Amino acid sequence: MRKLQLKELYERFRDPATIKALAKLIEKEARSLEEPLNIMEVCGGHTHTIMKYGLKQLLPDSIRFVHGPGCPVCIMPKERIDHAYILSKEEGVILATLGDMIKVPGSRGSLQKARREGADIRFVYSPLDVLKIARENPDKKVIFFAIGFETTTPMSAALLEHAIKEGLENLLLHVNHVTVPEVMQELIDSRDEHIDSYNNKIDAFIGPSHVSVIAGAKIYRRFPQRYGRPVVVSGFEPVDVMEGVLMLVRQFVEGRCELEIQYRRSVTMEGNTSAQKMIDRYFCKRELFKWRGLGNIPHSALRLRDEYARYDAERVYADILPLEEIEDHKLCICGDILRGMAEPTECMVFGTACKPSNPLGSCMVSSEGACAAYYKYGDLIGG
Amino acid sequence: MRGEITLAHGNGGEENRSLISGIFFKHLKNEILQKAEDAAVVPFEKGENIAFTTDSFTVTPLFFAGGDIGKLSICGTCNDLAMMGARPRYLSLAVMVEEGFSARELEKIVRSMKKELAKNGASVVCGDTKVMPKGTIDGVLINTSGIGETLIGGIGASKLREDDLIVVSRDIGAHGAAIFTAREGIELESSLESDCTSLWPAVEALLDAGIEPHAMRDATRGGVAAVVNEWAVSSGVCIELEESKIPISQSVRGICEMLGFEAVALANEGTFLLALSAEDAPKAVEILRSFEGNGSASVIGRVTGEYEGRALLLSEWGTKRFLESPSGELLPRIC
Repeated sequence: MRKLQLKELYERFRDPATIKALAKLIEKEARSLEEPLNIMEVCGGHTHTIMKYGLKQLLPDSIRFVHGPGCPVCIMPKERIDHAYILSKEEGVILATLGDMIKVPGSRGSLQKARREGADIRFVYSPLDVLKIARENPDKKVIFFAIGFETTTPMSAALLEHAIKEGLENLLLHVNHVTVPEVMQELIDSRDEHIDSYNNKIDAFIGPSHVSVIAGAKIYRRFPQRYGRPVVVSGFEPVDVMEGVLMLVRQFVEGRCELEIQYRRSVTMEGNTSAQKMIDRYFCKRELFKWRGLGNIPHSALRLRDEYARYDAERVYADILPLEEIEDHKLCICGDILRGMAEPTECMVFGTACKPSNPLGSCMVSSEGACAAYYKYGDLIGG
Repeated sequence: MRGEITLAHGNGGEENRSLISGIFFKHLKNEILQKAEDAAVVPFEKGENIAFTTDSFTVTPLFFAGGDIGKLSICGTCNDLAMMGARPRYLSLAVMVEEGFSARELEKIVRSMKKELAKNGASVVCGDTKVMPKGTIDGVLINTSGIGETLIGGIGASKLREDDLIVVSRDIGAHGAAIFTAREGIELESSLESDCTSLWPAVEALLDAGIEPHAMRDATRGGVAAVVNEWAVSSGVCIELEESKIPISQSVRGICEMLGFEAVALANEGTFLLALSAEDAPKAVEILRSFEGNGSASVIGRVTGEYEGRALLLSEWGTKRFLESPSGELLPRIC
């Protein structure tokens, strides 16, 4: 069998001729739209693609992107980051987490600060790398600060499964996994309360493909059926996003309201059922979970099932982890940005007091955050 | 300046600049230092202009694909001199060694220095060694300073003019990608080697051919993005790069795809940018391509007056965006 080159996985999906052709098609079809179309791209990865490849510059004014809350780092409340900070400072603890989580400031500082102060903090590429750390440090407690949407949850489940099989008693998880449909529903439900002050709308959603590779496209069924909002599950390359937009425009022009899959390369309605079963084996829904800037959202996050309580850092270390709520920075409007009610440039501190090097709000922290994308790629050109 | 020094302050980008201006320039500034060139051109009453520079080297791992800290410490300083159009001549060498370090490895490091000095026609003429207690430093730290004779004047970050073309000497990001994968233990099938090399031979060939660069800079920490931003600010111009013309190897592209990095922000140790007139550019590219490893030297952009002090990246489908100087610590994305 011929070996597949990495570039073959993305090259065609960044093809300039295809992107231009799609832009033309969208422009043509959008002329039949009766009203402007406000599309929320739920995931920060999509925001990143839109900004990095300048896709807004290719679309007519009648199509507007509303940036959504799908950035696992951005929505992590200070309370949870404080937990990570406190755990990392415990005697004999190694705290492991993914990538740019270590930059996010909680009320006591970021994990980067804890690391400067001597805490043993490792960033890993895959949750399974934590197994090696636990094996090599049998006299330490290794706590994995697990974050992410449906995409990364199966890996945390696999980590726990491996740890149990190997009998690794020193590996624990602090679980912060969140789910996409519940927050989308919250955005629609809470919109009526705010609509007068913002006059902002979400007419349709672009759903992230990687979430649906695991959870299936089925998780979005309720939006076209109950809320009258069509959803297209779309990939992350520029051609994918442009095609997703075209599919939504066509739905509006033709008067349809459906759940469609653009990313047919690997998304099905049902998703990866064995991954779903594995998640279900170890995790269950939390009643409430606080999202940074958005507040408490019912059933929007996961925790370890009771039978795995001894692997749950939140329960094992319950006596040192505070539960009080912490206010966000007063000047920061991340909450409105995450709700799709304000653009980063509407924030008073954007690019001045709040920068990637010194973020006040969570949307500036992660490279997937809307503010970071605006700061990095600039929204001054043909916005 | 307030707060603590963080790893981000060493990134070659925005925080690095604020550290330098907030503490060092604040107290030590003078006309020469403030030019912030790769090497200072220092005048003497009698005699020629001399280029002078210094650099410290720390790298993990000490030996990496394509080089080691010894080669790096000679290339780094000699390249900084070469970027001012100066022939590297005399270097000082200060080495700090951690107690318990293998003597054989230290000798290996010094042997690579010797090899690299020969390529530059330079010599180490003074030095210093310190041995530090175990745990106070990580293996070996090296500082080299160097002086060179300037063969051409008028080169500098503030000398770019509108309609100048921007040339890159080879494919970018190899050093940053190689070091990152080695440090993090990422196993790759492809061969990814640092571009660590001495630039003087290529610069000498350009000058011998009568090419008159307006600015040259090796794209070390902060990569190509940092260089074009510094130039744009210093010269009060706008630099436009065409994304599709920037040479990037498949291996580096692969690393960037996997981890969410941008090749233009990755460090290089043997890759430089030139700003020069449109007449000189084709010849410069031809000469650069005749050097080993530089087969992909290309014109990648031009100087305009559109957005003063900014750099732009143009896509093949007609969109553009600002290219910022890198900021923060290099961390992989989550999903």
